[in-house]
Amino acid sequence: MSVIAPKFRLGYLIKGITDNIFWIIILVTLIAIPVVQIVLIYIDFPIIDGEIWNPFRVLDAMTHPERALPLVKSFMQTDLFKVVAFPGFGFAALIAAAVIFVERKMLAKLQLRVGPFYCGKVEGILQLMGDGLKLISKEIIIPAKADKPLFWAAPVLFAATAAAFVALIPVAPGWVVADIDLGLLAVFAVIGFFPIITIVSAWSANSKFPFIGGIRALFQMVSFEIPLILSLLGIVMLTGTLNLSEIVESQASFPWIIFMPIGAIVFFICILAELERIPFDLPEAETELTGGFHTEYSGMKFGVFQAAEFGAVLITSALISTLFLKGWEGPFLPSHVWFLLKLFFFAFIFIWIRATLPRLRIDQIMAYAWKFLLPLSLINIFVVAAEILLLGEQITDSSGVRMDLTAGDMWIMAGINVVVAIVAVIGLSKITGMDAKESTKVASATRIIEGT
Amino acid sequence: MSQKLPPGLQLEKVDDRIMTLNVGPQHPGSGHMRIILKVDGDYIVHCDPDPGYVHRGEEKMAEYRNYITNIPHLERPVIHDSCNILYPYCLGVEELLGLEVPERAKYIRVIAAELNRCVYTQYWLGIYGIFLGHSTMFMWPVGDRELLIDLLDKMTGARVTHAYFVPGGIRNDVPANFEDVCLRQVNYFEKRLKEYADVFYDNPILISRTKDTGILSREDAIKLGTTGSVLRASGVDFDIRKKEPYDVYEELDFQTHVLKEGDSYARSKIPWLDMLESCRIIRDALQKMPKSGSVRIKLKPNPKGGDTEVYRRVESGRGSLGMHIVSQNKPQPYRLKISVGSFRNLIAMPHLLTGEKLGNLPPVYWSLNYWPVEADR
Repeated sequence: MSVIAPKFRLGYLIKGITDNIFWIIILVTLIAIPVVQIVLIYIDFPIIDGEIWNPFRVLDAMTHPERALPLVKSFMQTDLFKVVAFPGFGFAALIAAAVIFVERKMLAKLQLRVGPFYCGKVEGILQLMGDGLKLISKEIIIPAKADKPLFWAAPVLFAATAAAFVALIPVAPGWVVADIDLGLLAVFAVIGFFPIITIVSAWSANSKFPFIGGIRALFQMVSFEIPLILSLLGIVMLTGTLNLSEIVESQASFPWIIFMPIGAIVFFICILAELERIPFDLPEAETELTGGFHTEYSGMKFGVFQAAEFGAVLITSALISTLFLKGWEGPFLPSHVWFLLKLFFFAFIFIWIRATLPRLRIDQIMAYAWKFLLPLSLINIFVVAAEILLLGEQITDSSGVRMDLTAGDMWIMAGINVVVAIVAVIGLSKITGMDAKESTKVASATRIIEGT
Repeated sequence: MSQKLPPGLQLEKVDDRIMTLNVGPQHPGSGHMRIILKVDGDYIVHCDPDPGYVHRGEEKMAEYRNYITNIPHLERPVIHDSCNILYPYCLGVEELLGLEVPERAKYIRVIAAELNRCVYTQYWLGIYGIFLGHSTMFMWPVGDRELLIDLLDKMTGARVTHAYFVPGGIRNDVPANFEDVCLRQVNYFEKRLKEYADVFYDNPILISRTKDTGILSREDAIKLGTTGSVLRASGVDFDIRKKEPYDVYEELDFQTHVLKEGDSYARSKIPWLDMLESCRIIRDALQKMPKSGSVRIKLKPNPKGGDTEVYRRVESGRGSLGMHIVSQNKPQPYRLKISVGSFRNLIAMPHLLTGEKLGNLPPVYWSLNYWPVEADR
């Protein structure tokens, strides 16, 4: 006490408070109120439901909250609300935090431990907040020979790209930030940014382990993007649209996962690889590369990377459920509840895989992408195209020539596709032989290098 | 005269292709050591392990302490396998002083040593799991290890640094209900070990990752002087418990496991098979153990060894662990030389890693059953 305020008197404290109040009153009456009056003269008041919303109406609404309802309703229709709050970033950030919490608790349950427990009294629910505070308060260390502008820009770009994804996902009928006709193409465009940002972050750190991690990430992401895009072409051919909301509406009777099992499998595996989740987490394999391209990042820059990665997990889970599992549609429950349920279902599958599988090696991953997933997705495209050509009826109308399929045709298609999926997966794994043979080849190659 | 190249364009030299990586000592995949790697693209062309960061001069320290006071510090190199590292010391000192250990103490020593081997191997297995990115295989062994540690805590009074073996027996007898508790926990542990096979050893990704990587042939394994699980994974049936049985190992019913492949997968599977075998040994020893009797011979203060030297070795979690004690008629040993399995297995590391892919570093390195602190002594 004596150290902080050596001459503490209650009288001084009271005098200080009254002085402050005096000056606040003087400044408000002499400056703030005239400025507000002058501004109010020049702006137009908004008209909602035929009523002019002047400042007195706002004060009135503050005393009677039910009178503010029209204002709130009209605000919910604006683009600002969509971007900031509900289908946009606020909602996504909330769900991403929930995904992180669910992942930590669920993984802990699978591994026979309890996970976060003490922070926030109830099952460690505030642990994420504590971790965030810790990361914010930590020092940000920048390597001496780093490319500083790029080193600062990389995490921000990463987070911004993940956030741009959010705008494209339809959460409920009509609830989407950017309802564009080329939605699926925009998704591919946004995914294409991730390898560039990763290599930028790895290169700018000017360190060896991040460099190797960045090169690995580049290889992996570029290889898996091709089957990722090809696996979705079947849906585009069947629905004839790239708009994500229309793709959801086209699954009103049955989800596409029944009609295109190969596409769903390939897309799910490619998403795992794009997100660098186990078993594809080589770019940040900590026992080989000390964390890959985020080795040199510390403090909140690392936190931003992590948050963006979890945001990407959430968004890609949403994307799978939108494309293959009817998106928001479902019986009994409201549409956004169904959307969240499906999202968390896929997030749980991500966690489950993380708890079950070890990490692969980079040559195995590349062989897997090019020898296994790419032929599978091509088979999917050709089979679906042939079925449309053989089963469909040609219809010519104002929008042009298109093929129309009846419900019976669709069921025939589903039967053929399931059989083709089983045959193709088993056959391809036999042909490519991703087991002992492959690695003996690698071993013989290493002996040659050893000799040189 | 070499052809003059345009400015900015140079012929590629070998040194430009090769990047040197310092894996360790501050690296999550190194342990308390440094591995200097030279990589050409994704291939390791040169590997130079650099141990010595945790050298503490155990051998020199032993020369200034009495035979009894050497016990607590000698177990420090492997605190999670402390019974096994004290075993050859106690056997050697008993031979020096001419002590005959009571029968009950011999059985309790075997039980403690086998429990401790499981504790060590569980720790090793957890790290092997996290090295391969399998976080469940990190958490499960480390969690199940707690049960065995609790058991050893009941038995010896300390969780990891037991200092339980003394020349002439064991420090104290086991508690009254020990046999039931031990049997229950060992049975549960054996059940859990079989679950590890489902999630880890039979995992197709693990098999494709570690099969045919870092192959150590039978001839190389013998020539390089490897020991323990590394030697047995290369097809050599060598186990000190069978070849030079100490205490009561010849009366117990067990077998050693040998695999012929010599790759990382075989090297990682042998310790798991050994743990299953340890459970059998413990059950057998509990059955054959005398139910009562003395567990320790009373020594006179500061016993003096004769003017002679002894070498005794045991099978530890990492292979043969020998101690050579030179005595010169004093209460202290004149010289104590420790031969550890970790260092002998490390010698095989450059041989195995040269020519491998960088991604094979963790499975090959950790499958060598190497504990850096023990290797430095």
